[in-house]
Amino acid sequence: MYYQEEIETMPRADLEALQLERLRKSVAYAYERIPLYKQRFDEAGVDPYAIESLEDIKRFPFIVKQDMRDAYPFGLFAVPNSDVARIHASSGTTGQATVVGHTANDLKNWGDCFARGIYMVGGNEDSTIQVSYGYGLFTGGLGAHAGGEAAGCTVIPTSSGNTKRQVQMMRDLKTDILACTPSYALLIADTAIEMGYNPAEDFAVSGVILGAEPASEGMREEIRQKLGVQYCDVYGLSEVMGPGVAMECSASHGLHVAEDQFFFEIVNPDTLEPVPDGEWGELVITTLTRECCPLVRYRTRDVTRVIVEDCPCGRTHRKIDRIVGRTDDMMIIRGVNVFPSQIEQVVTGFDELVPHYQIVLTTKGPLDRVELRVETAPDFPFDEIRALEGLKKRLAAELKSNLQIAVEIKFVEPKSIERSEGKAKRIIDLRNQ
Amino acid sequence: MIEQLTVLLENKKGRLSGLCRDLADAGVNMHDLFVADTSDFGIVRIFCDTPKRAAKVLTDKGYRAVVTEVFAVRVPNRPGGLADLLEFIDEQGVNIEYGYCFSRGEETAIDVLKAADDTIESKLAEAGFDVVEAKEVYQLD
Ligand SMILES: [Zn+2]
Repeated sequence: MYYQEEIETMPRADLEALQLERLRKSVAYAYERIPLYKQRFDEAGVDPYAIESLEDIKRFPFIVKQDMRDAYPFGLFAVPNSDVARIHASSGTTGQATVVGHTANDLKNWGDCFARGIYMVGGNEDSTIQVSYGYGLFTGGLGAHAGGEAAGCTVIPTSSGNTKRQVQMMRDLKTDILACTPSYALLIADTAIEMGYNPAEDFAVSGVILGAEPASEGMREEIRQKLGVQYCDVYGLSEVMGPGVAMECSASHGLHVAEDQFFFEIVNPDTLEPVPDGEWGELVITTLTRECCPLVRYRTRDVTRVIVEDCPCGRTHRKIDRIVGRTDDMMIIRGVNVFPSQIEQVVTGFDELVPHYQIVLTTKGPLDRVELRVETAPDFPFDEIRALEGLKKRLAAELKSNLQIAVEIKFVEPKSIERSEGKAKRIIDLRNQ
Repeated sequence: MIEQLTVLLENKKGRLSGLCRDLADAGVNMHDLFVADTSDFGIVRIFCDTPKRAAKVLTDKGYRAVVTEVFAVRVPNRPGGLADLLEFIDEQGVNIEYGYCFSRGEETAIDVLKAADDTIESKLAEAGFDVVEAKEVYQLD
């Protein structure tokens, strides 16, 4: 079942034609209405009226978060205040806050994007969706809310907090779909279990739409098991729209980007050149329909890759992998971009290991040397050297295929990797010492 | 079967002595100790009293320690003593994962073996091999 079948399953050629038509319009619109774009395009010597193919967008300059901070508050608004329906803001923890405006059409498109994900987890107008994201300036709550309304669901706007009441609502009102952050979903599940329920059996909930923070595969599986649900990972960012930019279908192998609304590229964060399909890089988004705050080549700093496959769900919009990290966390090892979360993904994929590790980078002659320190799980039968050597080989092969570099593996005793309450020190870079 | 305490250690200076000290502090009496090592880690196999308790003490202290079942056979201290034993096991089609040997007294050696198939122990006893009982080696828990 699709929310917008015609759009979601549109043949690629038609979809790309639609993208091109919208891209031309949107780039010219930004150029005409926002002085910053005019200045940047003129400086770069690119003609916004000369876009003949989707490839032509690659000539345009990028826009970054700092540009949005500098433009605070209204510098990137393309419409007068009378046309602005709502403003969201991202927190200013790392500097000046950024505000993003939405017209009525922007809000409608946003609701539609999120509603597609509701259908991906089997929802429809008969479903009840509980929105346990925080409501407010943060886009999570109102974004999911709009999606629920667009899909015709019964929406329960619980917002976050008061977890016992969340559980009670979920049970009594027969919530089908829960939308919140992964860590909150897990807390709700654990609270329900503490209260004596088995939510996987006792509750109606059958789908979760979770996003706004990273979740390892181990955590995703724990949520699936404890709540007895299909997991939909939702990607979005307030600068571009909010949750719904990309959503994970029932194939559980990547998130379909709403390509009728967004044109995306994956670039090497150093060279800013496009990377081949399947390689990790920074997600860059150009909005195709946004009226209030159109973006041309916005660098999200989020790291992902294109998943190249025809999706069994029938949707034709291309998929991206789960976000594995921020470009700020990127390491360059032997000339290859590596993100700690890629390593974490591999480690958590092995039941024989505990999800606790450390990466030590050193130099050996002209080469970088990478050592991964891991602990075996308490029940791993390490009594036989063969078992340990076998595990080492499989782990090394998996790392090699994921990262494209050789990693040396060292099994360590449990207490040798320090555990801390806050963020564990995962990377020890001794290369320049 | 005999319960062997197995501990995973990093190949680092002081780790083995630390392990022995921790066992001593817990009042665990060790009888035999064997180290199998690779370039970066060592597997220490120990016969000691109350192996289950010892494993728990070590785990609580942050070691990777488990109890593994092995079997031991007393073989006469003469040429061919071990060969006879291994040939018999081969004939049963059972793989040996690893083995080591120690002696108690002058006349016999005790060979410790970890086999892929635990039923080999009773077959050995039936065939007349002198299978060692756990209580002969350590104090049970
Ligand atoms: Zn799909």
